[in-house]
Amino acid sequence: MGEALPVEERIDARIDAARQREVAQALRAFLPERCVLWQEEDTRPFECDGLTAYRQVPMVVALPESEEQVQRLLKTCHALGVPVVPRGAGTGLSGGALPLGDGVLLSMAKFMRIVRVDPLARIAVVQPGVRNAAISDVVAPFGLYYAPDPSSQIACSIGGNVAENSGGVHCLKYGLTVHNVLAVRGYTIAGEPVTFGSQALDTPGYDLLALAIGSEGMLAVTVEVTVKLLPRPQTARVLMASFDDVEKAGNAVAAIIGEGIIPAGLEMMDRPATRAVEEFVHANYDLEAAAILLCESDGTPEEVEEEIGRMKAVLERSGATRTSVSQNETERLRFWSGRKAAFSAVGRISPDYYCMDGTIPRKRLGEILNFIAEMEKKYGLRCPNVFHAGDGNLHPLILFDANDADQLQRTERFAAEVLEKCVEVGGTITGEHGVGVEKIDQMCVQFKPAELAAFHAVKRAFDPRGLLNPGKAVPTLHRCVEYGRMRVSGGRLKFPELPRF
Amino acid sequence: MPDAAERFVQAFRDAAARRQPLRLRGGGSKDFYGGALLGEVLDTRGHAGIVSYEPSELVVTARGGTPLAEIEAMLEEKRQMLAFEPPHFGAGATLGGCLAAGLSGPRRAAAGAVRDFVLGVRLLDGRGRDLAFGGQVMKNVAGYDLSRLAAGSLGTLGMILAASLKVLPRPAAEITLELEMPEERAIDTLNRWSGQPLSISASAWSDGGLRVRVSGAASAVRAAQEKLGGERVDEAQATGFWRGIREQTDPFFAGDAPLWRLSLPSHAARIDLPGTQLIEWGGALRWFRSQADASFVRAAASRAGGHATLFRGGERSGGVYAPLSPELARLHRELKAAFDPDGILNPGRLYPDF
Repeated sequence: MGEALPVEERIDARIDAARQREVAQALRAFLPERCVLWQEEDTRPFECDGLTAYRQVPMVVALPESEEQVQRLLKTCHALGVPVVPRGAGTGLSGGALPLGDGVLLSMAKFMRIVRVDPLARIAVVQPGVRNAAISDVVAPFGLYYAPDPSSQIACSIGGNVAENSGGVHCLKYGLTVHNVLAVRGYTIAGEPVTFGSQALDTPGYDLLALAIGSEGMLAVTVEVTVKLLPRPQTARVLMASFDDVEKAGNAVAAIIGEGIIPAGLEMMDRPATRAVEEFVHANYDLEAAAILLCESDGTPEEVEEEIGRMKAVLERSGATRTSVSQNETERLRFWSGRKAAFSAVGRISPDYYCMDGTIPRKRLGEILNFIAEMEKKYGLRCPNVFHAGDGNLHPLILFDANDADQLQRTERFAAEVLEKCVEVGGTITGEHGVGVEKIDQMCVQFKPAELAAFHAVKRAFDPRGLLNPGKAVPTLHRCVEYGRMRVSGGRLKFPELPRF
Repeated sequence: MPDAAERFVQAFRDAAARRQPLRLRGGGSKDFYGGALLGEVLDTRGHAGIVSYEPSELVVTARGGTPLAEIEAMLEEKRQMLAFEPPHFGAGATLGGCLAAGLSGPRRAAAGAVRDFVLGVRLLDGRGRDLAFGGQVMKNVAGYDLSRLAAGSLGTLGMILAASLKVLPRPAAEITLELEMPEERAIDTLNRWSGQPLSISASAWSDGGLRVRVSGAASAVRAAQEKLGGERVDEAQATGFWRGIREQTDPFFAGDAPLWRLSLPSHAARIDLPGTQLIEWGGALRWFRSQADASFVRAAASRAGGHATLFRGGERSGGVYAPLSPELARLHRELKAAFDPDGILNPGRLYPDF
């Protein structure tokens, strides 16, 4: 089998005008004019997703409006040998929807219908372009909600959530997308209809639903998602605790869980992060604290009262210097506002930032934070941290200026070192943002060649010709060999005398 | 002593060279389950032992041959549990067998299935490659989720050398309530209750009697009890009852009549099949002791939006799982070929054709 063309060769691809005309015409045979874009002024807005450091204008953009059109588009592209990159709301942070210069960008943005809500069965059947938050809004009158809540939930689409297996701040207790989706219906690149999962709790044979979720749009194109709805907890309160030492805060997290408590949310922010957001949202964060923890409890009022009391005792025992509990819903949302706005707040204090997404065993937190502090000195860049502490998912944000090529390069090296450290301590390079194009090199560090070969074999089972979102998520073995060489020379030669301050 | 895993690699290579299928087997507690038992037995129990357990990380990692009972006893000491309540179906059940069978117990509808708690696996595939997928952390989206794919694959993709599972604290309080209601009302009531924050962690209806288990903080359990009503079942009796449901030692499961497992949308209307019935998982799991024709049972399950498995007994030669659509069947064959190109691992155990 020929391995998919490496992404760096594809994204530099010049658009071939003859091929563009051929493909656009083939699509126009069944798509109206408004659904096929090929002039650069129209295709330019699709050149990147939420990871703006990588850009490529697609050869053709297609915006189908019906399922039949999606199927025909896939059959047509398959027959022509044109790669297809599916895209939801384009909020992804790893470049999973980065277009190809020789490919069709398949936007599912017009699939915005909530097909059916069944409150008794506690499910919603939705099209992939439906926004994550819209589901919870629509089912709220039934006392239900859709649990996964990525920070981008007001904009990101459920189709993208399925592709990335998105998490959120409540996933320690309520799980990720994979735990909250019952069925995904879609088409393979050959245009064959497939349904993974069902409205029952399991299906016969292999768990292809689990395989499809988080597959970064490389196995099938989603046209419909059945999500599980949960009863909305009667009440929720947040306990905010300050610590004078980051490691103490990390130990407090372990102590809460050791106590048998699974908080609905358990988040940490270090001082640089709280200072950045406080200026922006005025959440009343303790600016003197080295780190703050936000611990949410939800359930019946009695249950929440009981749990908050237990958490407070544990936190105080663990050395919290200050604790406060939200007294009402407004205050609870204010406590969360800073955490949820952390990325945009950081965006205000720096021209650019680079968000990492490594996950580590929680007990290694102190070690990782010290390592990040060393990297800040080594590369001369600042790096505030927000952290899904409950499930060990770190989001260090490297601040840099993309107009300075040297800073961009230092940032990339900084991020690579941190992600590789995450692997070294038993963690992973990505907890919820996906590999995309961004972390494809670090896949070589996390996985052995035989494991990468297994991923490629899975891909071939669904897409033998490698036409659906090729070049993402799983590096070629050749690429890994190259990366291995670069890491050695990078470590030894490239940055020996970087400024340290 | 040579590492057991190395011996397995050798056994796999020999089997491939001889085209001799292998039957991966732990304690043999689930020999009754699934399709044909073909090939030379390869006992996984030589590769046993808990690799690590970190209560505050909520993760346990153990080798595939580790007795499930050993893992559960260790968790119990720290007041933690495997929240999917895996059935053992015998004294010798192993972790590898538990994952490979992919079966979950009474808490499944509330807490999740085996696959929901799998964080990572080490899989020895049919080519003898030792592959690690996932890891020991709660969130991990690097690469396709092949560790969850291994759950329920009945050893057809590889041998589970080791696995990391998420564990949860035991609920602070747990009570069981008993109510009387006819089938249709029980199905409707269970669905309504599931849509409310009542902390229901298990349910079992049969013959007009409904038992519901409520788990959580003491205050939440008290509040739920007031709402649900019914009679509280004595604690020791309740523990025994749920064990009987989980391990199928309850009198409902006694005797030789074929046992059908119907996995359905929880709100599916009453299924009309001859024989006796036990309903679990808030309506989503319906067990039938029925002599009805397989095609009749499958059609009933399929009409209701689910599928039927011939779980125990009965005429098994035609396959025990519901047939797959042609495209899904193709994907199954391709995946099987990707991991086990020589078809040496548990052939026929999942579907007769691979």
